[in-house]
Order: sequence, then C-alpha cells, then structure tokens
Amino acid sequence: MDLLNINNLRIEFPSRHGTVVAVDDVSLTVQPGEVLGVVGESGAGKSTIGNAVIGLLEPPGEMTEGHVLLKSEQIDTLSPEAKRKIRGRRIGMIFQDPLTSLDPLQTIEQQLVETIDLHLKLGEKKSQERAVDLLRQVGIPDPEHRIKNYPHQFSGGMRQRVVIALALCAEPEVIIADEPTTALDVSIQAQILELMRRLCKDKQVGMIIITHDMGVIADITDRVAVMYRGKVVEEGTTAKILGDPDHPYTQSLISAVPRPDIRLKRFPMVNYIEEEGERTKDIDLSTHWLGRHRDYDAVDGPLLSLKNLVMTFVTKPALLKSNRVTFNAVDDVSFDINEGEVFGLVGESGSGKSTVARMVCSLYKPAAGAVNFAGTDLTRIKSENERDFFRRQMQMIFQDPFSSLNGRMRVMDIIAEPIRFHRLASSNQEVEQIVNDLLDHVGLGAQASVRFPHEFSGGQRQRISIARALATRPRFLICDEPTSALDVSIQAQILNLLKDLQEELGLTMLFISHDLPVIRQMCDRVGVMKTGKLVEVSATEDLFEKPTAAYTRELLDLMPRLDKLSHEGLEVEQG
Amino acid sequence: MEQVQPTTNSRVQRFFDSDIWYSFARNPVAIISAIVTIGMILAAAFAPLIAPHDPFDLAAIDIMDSSMPPVWDAYGDPRFILGTDDQGRGILSTILYGARISLIVGFSSVVFSMIVGITLGLISGYAGGRTDAFIMRIADIQLSFPAILIALLIDGVARGIVPKELHTDISIYVLIFAIGISGWVQYARTVRGSTLVEKNKEYVQAARVIGIRPFTILRRHILPNVMGPVMVIATIHLAIAIITEATLSFLGVGVPPTTPSLGTLIRIGNEYLFSGDWWITIFPGATLVILVLAVNLLGDWMRDALNPKLR
Repeated sequence: MDLLNINNLRIEFPSRHGTVVAVDDVSLTVQPGEVLGVVGESGAGKSTIGNAVIGLLEPPGEMTEGHVLLKSEQIDTLSPEAKRKIRGRRIGMIFQDPLTSLDPLQTIEQQLVETIDLHLKLGEKKSQERAVDLLRQVGIPDPEHRIKNYPHQFSGGMRQRVVIALALCAEPEVIIADEPTTALDVSIQAQILELMRRLCKDKQVGMIIITHDMGVIADITDRVAVMYRGKVVEEGTTAKILGDPDHPYTQSLISAVPRPDIRLKRFPMVNYIEEEGERTKDIDLSTHWLGRHRDYDAVDGPLLSLKNLVMTFVTKPALLKSNRVTFNAVDDVSFDINEGEVFGLVGESGSGKSTVARMVCSLYKPAAGAVNFAGTDLTRIKSENERDFFRRQMQMIFQDPFSSLNGRMRVMDIIAEPIRFHRLASSNQEVEQIVNDLLDHVGLGAQASVRFPHEFSGGQRQRISIARALATRPRFLICDEPTSALDVSIQAQILNLLKDLQEELGLTMLFISHDLPVIRQMCDRVGVMKTGKLVEVSATEDLFEKPTAAYTRELLDLMPRLDKLSHEGLEVEQG
Repeated sequence: MEQVQPTTNSRVQRFFDSDIWYSFARNPVAIISAIVTIGMILAAAFAPLIAPHDPFDLAAIDIMDSSMPPVWDAYGDPRFILGTDDQGRGILSTILYGARISLIVGFSSVVFSMIVGITLGLISGYAGGRTDAFIMRIADIQLSFPAILIALLIDGVARGIVPKELHTDISIYVLIFAIGISGWVQYARTVRGSTLVEKNKEYVQAARVIGIRPFTILRRHILPNVMGPVMVIATIHLAIAIITEATLSFLGVGVPPTTPSLGTLIRIGNEYLFSGDWWITIFPGATLVILVLAVNLLGDWMRDALNPKLR
C-alpha cells in the first residue's frame, strides 16, 4: 500500500487569456521512509502539486481531474474543515523562507506547544516536554533555554530547523518540503538536508522535496520525478535519473548543471526550454564599431589593482561621530586583475563580495584604500567628466534581470542610453544600427528593440542587460551573480554567452558568485571572501584541487556531491 | 506556464489589451462614474454653447426674473428650467458656468500640487540625508494644520498684500495657489516612498554605472516608475480640491459673486433657504455632490485596479 498516492492529477488556472494547465496528468507515489524529489525549472508546476496535496491551491486554480490518496483514503474531496485537520496532523509542510514561516511575535515555545496541543491533545505540560524533545532532535543546542526565544533570535539555518520541528510536531505521515534550502547558504543547506534525511528514515515518514536544484536532489532523494511544463517526463531512482537519463529534457537539464569536478569548454545541448539565440550575422570585429576605436592604451602590469580597500557602513547613526556604530563590510581587501583575465570572487551572503564590485565601479566610495584602474586611482577623481572616461571602460551586469531594466523604456532606448550619453556614435541611424547589431550579437535578434522588457523571459532580459553593458565598448566587465536568479539551463546559456564574448572581445572580468561550480567553469583565478576579508587568492584549478585556507576547504566540502551525474557528451577543457 | 503576449506597437491597442482596461470594462461603478465625470467636464467646457443664457452678461439679466421657482412649479417660467436666483440669473446656466470655474480651479490646483509635491518628493527620496529630513519636517509641520486653514491663511495674506482693485482679477489665481499649496504633502510623501524603493533597484544603479547624472536619472528612470500611485492620489485629490474651492467660496473668500462657482452659488442660495427659495442652493449642491462622488468612485476604482495586492 502506498503512503501517498497522487493519481492522474490535472490542475487548471483559468484566466482571461485562456486556461493555463499548470499540472497535467501527473501520478506520483511515496512510500514510508522514502524521499521523493520533484525537480523542474520555474513554471514547471512542481509547487502547484505540493499545494494541491495539502489542499492549499491558490484560487483561481482548481483540480479538474485525478485524486490524492493518503493511505488509500481519498483526501482531495474532503471538506475544507476536514482538510485543515489533515494539514499539520498527517501532512507536515516546510516552506522555502524560514523568515516568514514563523510568527515573529510569538516565542518558539508558544508556536510549538500550540501546534502539538492542537493536534495531539497532550495537555500543556506534556506538550512542552515534547517541544523541547523535538528541538533537540533537529539539533538546536540547549533547547530548554532556546525554546523561550523569539524567531529573530535564531540564525537562518536554526530557524529552518525550528520550522522542521514544527512540521514534525504531530508526527505526520508525509512531509512536503517546497524548496526547503533555497534561502540558505551552502554550508547550512548541507546540514539541513542531512537532518531531513535522517529524520525521514528514523521516523518512517514519506517526504516530497520540491526543488530546482540538482545538488539537493543528488544529496537527499531516493527517487526523482522530472517535471517539464506541467508533465512528469521521467521518473526513476536518483542514480538512474542523474547517471543515465532517458528523456532529452532530463539530459539537457543535467548537462547544464555546472560541475564542481571538471571544467567544461562550453555547456552542451542546453536549448530545450528557451531556444538559444542564433546570431543571424557574423560581425567582423576588426572593422565593426564594437571592436573598433577602443581608444585606451595598453597597460603595464594589472588592469585593476585594489589596495587595502575598506568599506564601512553605519549601522546606528548618530550626530556625534563617537556614538555611531559602524561595521566593516569590506576589510583590507587587495588583489590584482590582469588584462584579459576572468577573476572570480566567491563567498557566502554577507561576505562583502558585492560591496567590492560596487566600490570598483564607483557606486560606493571606499572608506579607505585605492582602486587603481589602468594606472589611475579612481577614488581620487573629483570631476564627473573625468570619471566618465573610466565609466566607459568599465560596465556591470547585475543579478536580478527583473529589476535591472527600466520597465518603462523600450529595449532600443535602454541599450542606446549609454551610447548616447557617452556620444559614441555620430548619428541616430548609427545608434540604431549599433543597438540592432548588439542585440543580434547577444542572440536576441534586432526585432527585440521595439519591445518592452516585460515581454521577455528572465534569460532574455539578462541578454539585454549584457548588450547594454557592452554598449560602451568596455574592456572591463563586472558580473555580480549574473545567473543566480535564473534556471539552470538558462544559466548555462548565459554563461556560454559570457564565455564567448569574453574570448571575442578580449574582456577582462570580475565575476562574482556564491556558487563554486559556476566559478570553476568561468574563472582563471579566484579570491575567496569571508566576512569582509579575503582569505585566499589562487588559480582556479589550484583552489579546487589543493586549497590552502581552511575556510576554502570547508566550502569545497559542503558543495553538493554531483559525481553521480552523467558525463555523456561533455567536452572537458584541459587546464 | 508561459504567457502569450501578442506584440503590438500601437499605444491604443496596448491600452485596450491592458489589465486596467479589462478591470474597467467589468466594473459598472467605474463606467458610470467615468461617464458622469466626462459628461460634466464636457458640459462645463461647452457651457457657452449649451447654456440657455449667459449669466455673466449683465444686459441679458432682468431683475424682474429674480427668484423664480423651477419650471414644474406653478409659478415657474419655461425659460428657466431650474428657476432663477436673486438677481434673475437662470440656475441651470449658472450651474454650467459655475461647474466650469470649479473644475478649472480643481484641475489647476491639482496640477500645481503635483508639480510641487512630485519635485520635492523626488529630491527628498533621492538625495536623502539632511535634504530629506528638511523637506519632510516641513511636510510634517504642514500636516499638523488642516488643509482648509492653510488655504484660508494664504488667501487672507494674499488679500492683505494685493491692492483692493485687483482682488477680483487675481482671486482665482490666489485660490488655485492656496488649494495647491495645501495639498502637496500627500504627493511628496508618496513619491518619496516610491523613490526610496526605486533608487535601490538595479536599473538605477546601472544608469549610475553608465554615468548618467542624478537629474536625468530622476526624470528618465525614476519619475515614470513612481507615477502609478500619484495618478490615484491625483484623482481623489481632484474631488478634495473641488470641495475645498466650494468651501472657500461658501465662506466668502473664494471667487467673486460676479463669476460664481458652485460654492458661491450654494452660499447665495443659503441666504434664501429660509424664505422658501430652496432651488437656488439645492441644484448647485446636488451637482457638486454628484461630481465629487463620481470623481471619488473613479479614484477608488483606480486605486484598486493599480494595486496588485487587491487584484
């Protein structure tokens, strides 16, 4: 007998533009003690399945076909009141964001005891004991005292542990975890996944993990269902899906996952979801505007050289300097980047890597230290006009493609803005010609120029963003987590594009990421940052093979194991 | 779940395809209030063409026609459908001309408020620090007075410093200035809030990395992105401005009786209410209520339609 049985599920969202079928004929089963992974990219319908099982489908979504059986008992037709009793009692839930899934105004104890008492009717005393016991099980140190704390007194990882304890409160038979570790840093992700797997085995709970992350799948699941546009295209054991996938979508998805263990020349066959852009014409860079008159001199020594950079933020403002509370987001950071090199900066959230990027491109003014670019200290430039000369040589690609483009401007005007501002073209016709060529060059096609940003997908928007950055003909490009908001197959396309452009135009890059495998694919040298300090700088291969700093080793150990992944059709670059 | 978005480049087509139009076409209250508002604006704009008489033409007014009841009353006169006031002006004609003045004052003061409020809000939000604190403290101080009091104060000061013979000529401009100044705080606060959000978005940072100067960033990038809530406030503010004008005119500090607005008409009628000449005050009053109600309902709908949380 299956613990949970989802049968021919079909979920529709009627809208004014026609009915969207979010989930189409999906059948899944979960056994006690088994972890089932549901993997897919955004919009595949994987979260909708989870919501349907717990009866929290958001209107106007409705289940039009199929049924959900919990221990052979049909639960999708129950009344809302009966469904509410099942939620939490028999089916537990873990959501993505530990910040918002706990009530900030109640202590952990109040929330746990209330839930336990509600479902198990143990009485207050017993419930309290059970709450402490649960916290101990999920690995919270000193649970007798910590239970009196409010959610904000816990760190992100600890809070997710509390959420897991909350889901386990009533000894549910099934747990549904929707992207449980997406909001957490890698080091914490590994611990949480380990904890979830152990609890699942110990208590013989069936678990569905919904995720977009192949690393999570590889780490924790027994079986995997791969979803593509509302349908399950392939289902099987984790080893089979990762090592020997049958469906072309699964193959393309797996080939797009950045490898921590090998460095690829390019990501192969990644154009299953979004057609990878084809350039309609080849540009001869020696004569074309994009390659022509780069009026900067070659530099002796490094192109960019950071010397003892410090950035201080005021956390508690005060009129008197002595009363202010400050902290150093970046503390004494120095490194060089040579011309034509891709330099990676890696670290966990809050390590100050983005702050370094913003100081390099003069968005922030450093509290101390120097930013030497092509021999000039940018921090000493006073006049805006003088600075424009350097701005032209240095452009930035941002993380979030949905906020980095002004939604009120046409793509033509967005990309033309830097060309017009720096007067890089002589006439309007020339500007338009350049923008169209740029759009073509990043794989979008010139007809994109008359449209607005909202008409494009995330990956296409990131291409627009790249075209804008190239529009000043820079020689130095800062990429601040350029793919962390994108699906993995789109990420592979964008990384391919950046690699191609870097080679063609001989760009120097500062590439910032929290994702070590991505760093390995992209960078020549890497700097590792921790709480504002640079702990190690070495060549990429050395960093991965023989790291010197203890923190680097720790980060490398925490990377999800992807060695089960299929190697078929991959071209490995020999370093 | 992909969205099929037809690529259309005509602005008109895009408007009829938008969610705003979709929401509008399915909301009877919004449609009716839009029709009423537009109808009243047109009637006021073309008052010289459709009004039976010109109430400002002293030669056409006959004191013998004064205080006539509406046409359905036994003593009514078919020339004056809604009766006449104490000076023999047809009520229907004075309402049409009066609504014209009310709407001109309302629209102008809203535009004036918007210009002042949006400018200060943008500067405040983008500059931050002391500039922000300075502008916002002024706003706080002004908010601690009722708007009508500020309008009265400005009106009084203007009357004090301007020579008496010019009062009639400039009174309408003083009124616009007074109502406009009393309403800028709302815009400034809203725009400041949105600017604080927008200026941290990456598209603004991208513009800064390119080197675009702050003024251009505000005008080209931030302003278009903060206008949504401003349009909602403006619609609701229009209703408030019309009411404020009527209140000031009712109190006798608004437009002069020779060019009466709706508020002036209500005040004139108020003096005759107890002598039984109810029509002089009721009809302008009803017009004012309908106009303000329609504009307010339109503003309410717009607020809901533009607020993604309520959709």
